[in-house]
Amino acid sequence: MVHLTSPAFKENATRALADPGLQKALARTKPQFHGKRAKAVAGLPEFEQLREIGKNIKNHTLANLDFYLERYAAKVEEAGGKVHWCSTADEARAAVLRICRDAGAKTVTKGKSMISEELGINDHLESHGITPVETDLGEYILQLRKEPPSHIIGPAFHLNREDWEESFRESHTDLDPKRVFTERRDILTEARTKLRSRFLAADVGITGANFLIAETGSSVIVTNEGNGDLTQTLPKVHIALASIEKVVPTLEDATSLLRLLARSATGQDFSVYTTFSTGVRRQGDLDGPEEYHVVLIDNGRSNMIGTEFQEMLRCIRCAACMNHCPVYGVTGGHAYGWVYPGPMGSVLTPTLVGVDKAGHLPNASTFCGRCESVCPVKIPLPKLMRHWREREFERHLTPGTVRTNLGLWAWFAKRPAMYRAATRLGIGALSLLGKGKGKFGWMPLAEGWTRGRDLPAPEPGGTFMARYAKTRRNGR
Amino acid sequence: MLQTRPRVALFVTCLVDLYRPTVGFAAIKLLEEAGCQVEVPEVQTCCGQPAYNTGDRATAKDLARNVIDAFLPYDHVVAPSGSCAGMIGHHYPGLFGDEDPHYRGKAEALAAKTHELVSFLTDVLGVDAVKARYEGVVTYHDSCSGLRELGIKAQPRKLLGSVDGLVLKELPDSEVCCGFGGTFCVKYPDISVRMVSDKAKDVRETGADTLLAGDMGCLLNMAGRLQREGAAVKVRHVAEVLAGMTNDAAPIGETK
Amino acid sequence: MSKDAILGAIRRGLKRGPLPADQAAMLEGRIAAHPRHLIPARSRLPRPEQIALFIKNVEKEFGTVERIADVSAVPAAITDYLAAQNLPARLVMAPHPELEAIDWSSRPLLARETRRAQDGDLVSLQHAWAGVAETGTLFFPSDPVRPATLNLLPETEIVLLRASAIVGAYEEAWDRLRAERKDPLTGGWMPRNLMLVTGPSRSADIEQTLELGAHGPRRLHILLVEDEAAPREMSRAEARAQATAQPGTPATPGD
Repeated sequence: MVHLTSPAFKENATRALADPGLQKALARTKPQFHGKRAKAVAGLPEFEQLREIGKNIKNHTLANLDFYLERYAAKVEEAGGKVHWCSTADEARAAVLRICRDAGAKTVTKGKSMISEELGINDHLESHGITPVETDLGEYILQLRKEPPSHIIGPAFHLNREDWEESFRESHTDLDPKRVFTERRDILTEARTKLRSRFLAADVGITGANFLIAETGSSVIVTNEGNGDLTQTLPKVHIALASIEKVVPTLEDATSLLRLLARSATGQDFSVYTTFSTGVRRQGDLDGPEEYHVVLIDNGRSNMIGTEFQEMLRCIRCAACMNHCPVYGVTGGHAYGWVYPGPMGSVLTPTLVGVDKAGHLPNASTFCGRCESVCPVKIPLPKLMRHWREREFERHLTPGTVRTNLGLWAWFAKRPAMYRAATRLGIGALSLLGKGKGKFGWMPLAEGWTRGRDLPAPEPGGTFMARYAKTRRNGR
Repeated sequence: MLQTRPRVALFVTCLVDLYRPTVGFAAIKLLEEAGCQVEVPEVQTCCGQPAYNTGDRATAKDLARNVIDAFLPYDHVVAPSGSCAGMIGHHYPGLFGDEDPHYRGKAEALAAKTHELVSFLTDVLGVDAVKARYEGVVTYHDSCSGLRELGIKAQPRKLLGSVDGLVLKELPDSEVCCGFGGTFCVKYPDISVRMVSDKAKDVRETGADTLLAGDMGCLLNMAGRLQREGAAVKVRHVAEVLAGMTNDAAPIGETK
Repeated sequence: MSKDAILGAIRRGLKRGPLPADQAAMLEGRIAAHPRHLIPARSRLPRPEQIALFIKNVEKEFGTVERIADVSAVPAAITDYLAAQNLPARLVMAPHPELEAIDWSSRPLLARETRRAQDGDLVSLQHAWAGVAETGTLFFPSDPVRPATLNLLPETEIVLLRASAIVGAYEEAWDRLRAERKDPLTGGWMPRNLMLVTGPSRSADIEQTLELGAHGPRRLHILLVEDEAAPREMSRAEARAQATAQPGTPATPGD
């Protein structure tokens, strides 16, 4: 499982800001994600209407989630598949291990899956003698480097070409150590070759699921590399890991959401492979798995239903929020300290690991609102982060100094006459101090500000209210 | 036919009150020139945003009630800030749930008539030009709340376009947050400083001599960083330029 | 049991018990009706323009398209393509009747095997069931005659697609699939595997920079059979009328 470092967000962020390699990688956010999404959205004039439709489809499904899940499961079984309902991460890990053992599996290939990261499937399999092999290019190098993903669609977003070359040289020791990687393509080709034999040897293939379809009992994966398809087509057993909020009623519903997904994620009109899997190999089929298992995972999500956080369950994991987040854009994903970074993670992580541990995340936002403005299903992310701040305040998890300062300020702000008198004095003093300077390089109690910025001095002449009262008295 | 001038209550905002009174006077001038009768309710302190965004809903509600009671009698409420106007216009109604239908109704009524200054001038009063002169190359930062909650983007550019002598040079990534974020800037100073440094770099690269925006929080943040870097960029609230009052106060953080 | 625990927790959140029969029937009705939502106007075009849009979108996604007059032109087209790509004249082919019916005798040097794909296969010839103009997407429902591995293992995939099989939007392909296919196992129509393929395989995981040919094919070449002898010319006005008539109303909460 991803080691939780969310409580150290501040320290993580400070380290990230000083990491030149990471900053070089993060500088790619703008050209690679912003521009491409904007272009794809501009190419579909109906995009705004589709966002509203996407939101409504998800809301409708969540309001009837119990029905659609049962309907979905019945259809899976009809097609010869098996659904494993799991309330907790423990149950899900056990279910996956049981299926792999029943299949006599030695190696398991894996498509990229965030829920797999959430559950810590790899460690669990490994500790029971089964070798998991990540096959998404980004996940593959992270497995070699023993690092968690830093982004939900570009897991190795934080790495540069040098890192890839170094890791490949260290790990692929059977190849000529003096080989030259002249182009990115050389790295890709080496990975393709290395992984091809793993695909062919795997006993079980594990993928995630972008959608589950109640109409047909299908699980849907969306990829560009084709690794997910090889993972689920070649071995004799396919396991799809999916959390309960992935279900939608029909193919038409999934289609509308697919129109939003790739455009929001990578700026493609459609991903290269959108694959619908339904049950087991049919009679006469020349390929495809003989067993099809869906591990259906709750792990805390049902608790969000009926609360102010229910809207988060609309998320289709496109990553547009983190791609456009100015905080993620300078800290990267590892600083957030768990599986899901950026704005969506700042809402989801406290739900899944506890706000006492992930309390920083919903606070580490300027509420600039750009995440909400690009969200394909219109999740009001700042509002949900604010709800977490409210819970923290209620539970006295808000830092003491913040509470004290806020309390003092609020006491005055609620009493206009006192406030007027106090601000007049305070601003008078500050103006006096700043006289002739216009600004302060350092200010007690405001070190957070003055460490990297000057503090402008108030305009001389007193507060607006005082000056305005004077002009009124003088009958201007 | 007798035409009455609309009665507009100016919500000064705490930062303008404390830091930049000239913006308040500029707002009054612009509103009066556009035919409004401007009043400044005396009991105003703060819209409650710091409490609201810290999760202290109770305090935010108390402050909201004060504002609602003081401002509801007017035809319009105008603030020289997208952030405070957004707080009143977008967030107040949500503060009062079913348990307080009385204030919810009042909050909704107030929200419906609350506006940010520049967009009020253009969109409600139909102003399309101001009588002002400013010699300089100006760049403009779109503050987040105004931009995304209130849709303020074209309005300031339209009015700035009518200022004699002013040349507008667009700021790349003008829609990216400057890193102020209310209490964020002191809670996560390292991140905030990095964000405002990126912003300062973009500002300097435009070659503009003046940076304008419509929110004091962002302006203090950007001015503070530009001055720490020793940049010769003057920072002002857009209302000062539109009202032709740049002689009334030195640029933010400067003495002359 | 976890199933009950999960469903129970969801119902507690929704503040209700299991859905009453009439409401469940309404939701079953929604599935049966599978309402379309918004269909983007971009594919609501007269027929020839729809096909042109398909080609444009395939090419935008780095696929290639060669238009051929009829199926008899396939052997020559493939031989020339492989030669131009410096690839050996050898391919593995889907056991699809349309492919098997081709007279290959004009190109005796082109070696063909009819089977699923294996490691080491360089070139595949696959049969596309449909094309979607909206994004240049191919539909490959798995079948005994259309093994999915042919879409995945070879570095070069050549696809036979009839122009008459091109539809405007995905929704039209769904309806065709519902109408035409019968699944041997479920009695429904959904195949075990349905791949929607838009261009050749790629990855941007290395420095967010696009490289073609990640794990799947590096080249996707479509032989488009122009089998619409006299494509009915739909006027732009007709196409627009159809576009406004077709999209269903957006789903609303509770519908």
